[in-house]
Parts: sequence; structure tokens; C-alpha cells
Amino acid sequence: MTTTSALPAESPGASLLVGEGISKRFGGVQALADVSFDIRRGEIYGLIGPNGAGKTTLFNVLTGIYAPDGGRFTFDGQPLGGQKPNDVAARGIARTFQNIRLFANLSALENVMIGRHVRTRAGVFGAMLRNARTLAEERDIERRSYELLDYVGVAARANDLARHLPYGDQRRLEIARALATDPKLLALDEPAAGMNATETASLSKLLRAIREGGTTILLIEHDMKLVMSLCDRVLVLDYGKKIAEGVAADVQKDPAVVAAYLGGDVALHLKGT
Amino acid sequence: MDRASDASLKSYAGVGGFVASRRHPAFAWIGVILVALALIALPFALATIGTAWVRITNLAILFVFLALGLNIVVGFAGLLDLGYIAFYAVGAYVYALLASPHFNLHLPFWAILPLGAAVACMFGVLLGAPTLKLRGDYLAIVTLGFGEIIRIFLNNLSQPVNITNGPQGVTLIDPFRIGTINFRNTDTFAGLAFTGPIKYYYLLLVVLVVVIVINLRLQDSRIGRAWEAIREDEVAARAMGINTRNMKLLAFAMGASFGGIAGGMFSAMQGFISPESFILVESIMVLAMVVLGGMGNIWGVILGALLLSFAPEVLRYTVEPVQRAMFGRMLVEPEVIRMLLFGFALVLMMLFRPAGILPSATRKRELEGGRTNGVQGAAPR
Repeated sequence: MTTTSALPAESPGASLLVGEGISKRFGGVQALADVSFDIRRGEIYGLIGPNGAGKTTLFNVLTGIYAPDGGRFTFDGQPLGGQKPNDVAARGIARTFQNIRLFANLSALENVMIGRHVRTRAGVFGAMLRNARTLAEERDIERRSYELLDYVGVAARANDLARHLPYGDQRRLEIARALATDPKLLALDEPAAGMNATETASLSKLLRAIREGGTTILLIEHDMKLVMSLCDRVLVLDYGKKIAEGVAADVQKDPAVVAAYLGGDVALHLKGT
Repeated sequence: MDRASDASLKSYAGVGGFVASRRHPAFAWIGVILVALALIALPFALATIGTAWVRITNLAILFVFLALGLNIVVGFAGLLDLGYIAFYAVGAYVYALLASPHFNLHLPFWAILPLGAAVACMFGVLLGAPTLKLRGDYLAIVTLGFGEIIRIFLNNLSQPVNITNGPQGVTLIDPFRIGTINFRNTDTFAGLAFTGPIKYYYLLLVVLVVVIVINLRLQDSRIGRAWEAIREDEVAARAMGINTRNMKLLAFAMGASFGGIAGGMFSAMQGFISPESFILVESIMVLAMVVLGGMGNIWGVILGALLLSFAPEVLRYTVEPVQRAMFGRMLVEPEVIRMLLFGFALVLMMLFRPAGILPSATRKRELEGGRTNGVQGAAPR
């Protein structure tokens, strides 16, 4: 993709996030074993694998919810090691959750406004005194949040409670909240889960638009049609190990990947025919 | 990069409307003026019944301060604190020790009150720091212990060096003085007798307005939203870049500061304090005010504090005469009836208004959650 002219100093195609030898163990389970990958600026990078392959664990290690047992991340040219989730968000990685974690009892607008927290500064004294700068910042937060709601297509429900939104809109709201943190990398954990075909198609359009806007996307997804049509490259995990990485079309044909998804015997049969 | 520019800016109705809808100018101002006049006239009306009632009102306002302070911790940030009275005690003792013959220090109140708030704030952080990872019941138990520790310290810090004067407490605490006006004496202005309690009442009223404004502004701010986010979902809040550690400490510190200021004023008004005033029941009382009124809703919390402060006093003055009139003698002590009614009120509340008398919009939604039951059903597309 060469449509990333909006990024002047940061050449498209250069690495945004590099993971080297990432490992994570839970008791006797090796959730991630020596996983390495390289996400380039401006691409949509897919992360796939059967259930329990370690995809979400990789997300959690990346975003600081778990500390990795081994390996390291380099994000935007700087190491990203052992940082807390909030620091990771401040560095420019925003995420959504597999099981939607909106602030359910706050309005859609408030949810997005909370996303602006990390990019704004007003403190206690600003809040108490309501000086010109704080007021300007508040207006800015509210304006930007409306824009983002509109951008993902839930502006009409800005004042509804997050949990009263239809399921598809909740997914979109979570994306809007993540975008409010001005991320360089947007990490989405199964954004199309539970969506119907129409909803998935419009989500796909949204993700493309976000990428055109200059945000790199890391995508966990089970909907292979979506992954294959959307992702520039994919990483395949199985039992915590990387079994393939590369352009989507190639990975799809990889025997190891087929084996992981369909079982080894089937793969052998396929090979035989 | 600028996503804003390519997003179409259609639906904007709500941006300015939010602020504008709060006041319909004329009505609101007439209302405010009427309430203000009533509040200004109140102490003289009360004084005709008895000066005791002005004192009771003053104490009720102090409890409003406490309830509002605790509301920051419990209502906004969702951290259950059962030892809140400790900060009140800290503020009270800071004032008492720096403005009494005990150490023969007589610093002016405007210097000690901020100091008391600062020391209470420090204790707030001291309590907050080790409890950052605790939630719910566990946090409640630790804070309860903290409250007791402070009280026991105050009780025992008379040896080997006499700091707090132990269970005897500190006496002859200085009242507030502004210029030549002493808040303990009666002054006459324009033919009206301003007794000590009446003067304190006006001072408390001014502070009350400031405290309410601060609370309203905090709630509707970047900080207030961060607290709400932590209360709703801490993991998501952190993933959104909120430094939950600092925000929780801030909630403890802010809540504690309010407690500290209330404590200082309590010291000055009473002229005498002892550890007896800061027992566990007081912590629970303040929490009950917050819960009864409506956690997270500032006006609800104020109402809760006023109700629970006045109810026992009203009972004290009515139960005895009523019983004497009905039975010719006193059958049940007011204190017993108070607890009976208290329990009854709590049961009624849990049945009919589980989110408090004036629930905050958010709490109401939470507790009515069962009826709407989340998301799955509704997907009209």
C-alpha cells in the first residue's frame, strides 16, 4: 500500500511494531512461545489461529496487561517493555476487547470522551477553577468525540447508554473510543464477532477508512473472508507458536496453516490429492 | 493524519446544548435568589426556637461536607471507604493542637484549615497507596482498620510525649477570629444579635457553596470522567490510558481534604474534641448518608446528610413529649426509636429506592439493569 502520504517523516512500509521472541507461560501452559513478527506502518496486519492459539494473550502482553516472560517489543523505534497498560496507550497503541468492555452505564459520547483523557491535560485545579484553557480543552474533547462518533456511524445515539446500543454499534463505539486516544496502532480483538454479513461489510469499510487515515491496524479475527479481503499480511499462531507469516493469499495455502485449522490428517489428504 | 477533517460534521446539536439547557435564565435566577434569601434568614428563624437548633444546623452542614467528601471516593471513583471519619479526626486534631493552650499555640484559622486539609490529604494518600489493588469488601476492611488505627493512636498518643492528650481530648480550642470579630461572642449589627452559632452558620454556608461548586465541577470534568471510568471498568480504563493508580490516589486525597477541612471547623465550633467523636459508627453514618441520598449524585448526598443529621434531633425533641401525652410517661428512649426508624428507613429504601432518594443517573441505570437486560435483545437495524 502506498496511500500513506499523510505520514511525512515516517516512511510507509517501515516497521511500526516489532516483536522478538515473545513468550508467555501460565503455569504449565505455554501460551506464547518465541513469537516474532513485524508490523509495518500503514498496513492492516491480521492475527489468526484456532481458538486457544494465543492471539488474545499476545494482545494482552503487547498492551501491558500481562508482562511477557521473554522477548521484547519495539514500537515506533523505541522499546516497549514492561510498561503499564496506560503507558502503552499513551505511547500510541489502543485496543478493543474480545468481549466488549465499554463503560456500560455511561453514554456513548462519554465513552469516547474518556478516550480523550490520555491526550488532554486538565487536572484538579483546572476542573475546579474552570479557567479558559480547561474550558477550551473540554469543548475540544466534546467536539472531537462527536466527530469520532459520527465517523464510526453512531452519532445518532450519542446520548444513549453504551449498553443500550445494538451489538454492532457497541463494537463500533469501542473502536471510536480507541481512536479517541489518537493511536498509531489500533489493535482490534475480533471486531466482527457476532456481526451479520451487512454489519461485517460496513465494518470492513470503516477499517479501510481508518487505515487510509494513517492508522496501522492489528486485527484478530475469525472471519476468514474478512481477514483475506482486508489484511495485507497475516500472522498465524497455533498452540502459542508462530506457524506462518506473510501475505494473506500465501498463508492461506500454507500446509501448516491448513493442518492447524482442519487437523493434520485432513492436511495430509489434501496434500495427497 | 487528521481524521477530524474528513469526518463530516453533521450531528452537532448536543455540543452547546448541554451547557445551555442547564439554565432557563429568569426562572433559575429567581429560584436561586429565593433559596439564598431563605438560607440567609434561616438562622434567625431557628434562633427563635432555640440556639441549639442553629448548632444542630451547623453540625448538619459539617456532615454535608463529610458526605460530599466521601462521595468523591465512594460515589465517583467507586472505592468503598469505611474509615472516612479518620480524615475528619486528623483535620480536627491538627486544628486543636495548633490553636489551643495544649501546646500554647494560637495560629489563625486561615493558616490551620489549609494545613489540616493538607495533612488529611497526606493521610488519604497514605491509606490509598497500599490499598490500590484492593476492591470492594477487601478495601472496605482495610479502610475500616485504618479508621480504627487513627482513633486508637489519638487515644494513646499521650505517652511518652503528650501529643494528643489521650482520651481526655483537647480543650479550650480557639474559635475563629476575623479581625476583631470573635466567633464565640455575640455581636450586634444593625439591631440584630449575631450569636456565635449564627456567625459560624454564615461561614459554613459560604464554605458549603464553594464545596458544592467544586464537587459539581469535579464531576463534570476530565478527572470526574476518569473516576467514572475506573468505577465502571478498571481494565478498560487503563487500556484507555487512564493512570488508575494516580486517579485513585487523587480520589482518596480529595475526599480526605474535604474531611480535613470539616474536622478543623468542627474543632473550632465545639471548642473541645476527644477521640470519642471519631468512632466507627460515625464513618458508617457518613456512608449511610451517601447511600441513602443517592451515591454519586451531589444533591442526593446533600439531602441524605441533612436527613440523617436532623432526624435524630427532631426525634429527641418530639419523642418524649409525644409519649408523655399519650401514655403519661416515657416508655421508649428516643435513642432506641432512632435506631428502629433508621433500620426501617433503610429497609424501605432498599425495597423502593435502591439507588437512593435522589439517585445519580448512572446508579439508577445500573440498578435497573435487570429490566432492560443489556444488549443482546435489541438490534433494530
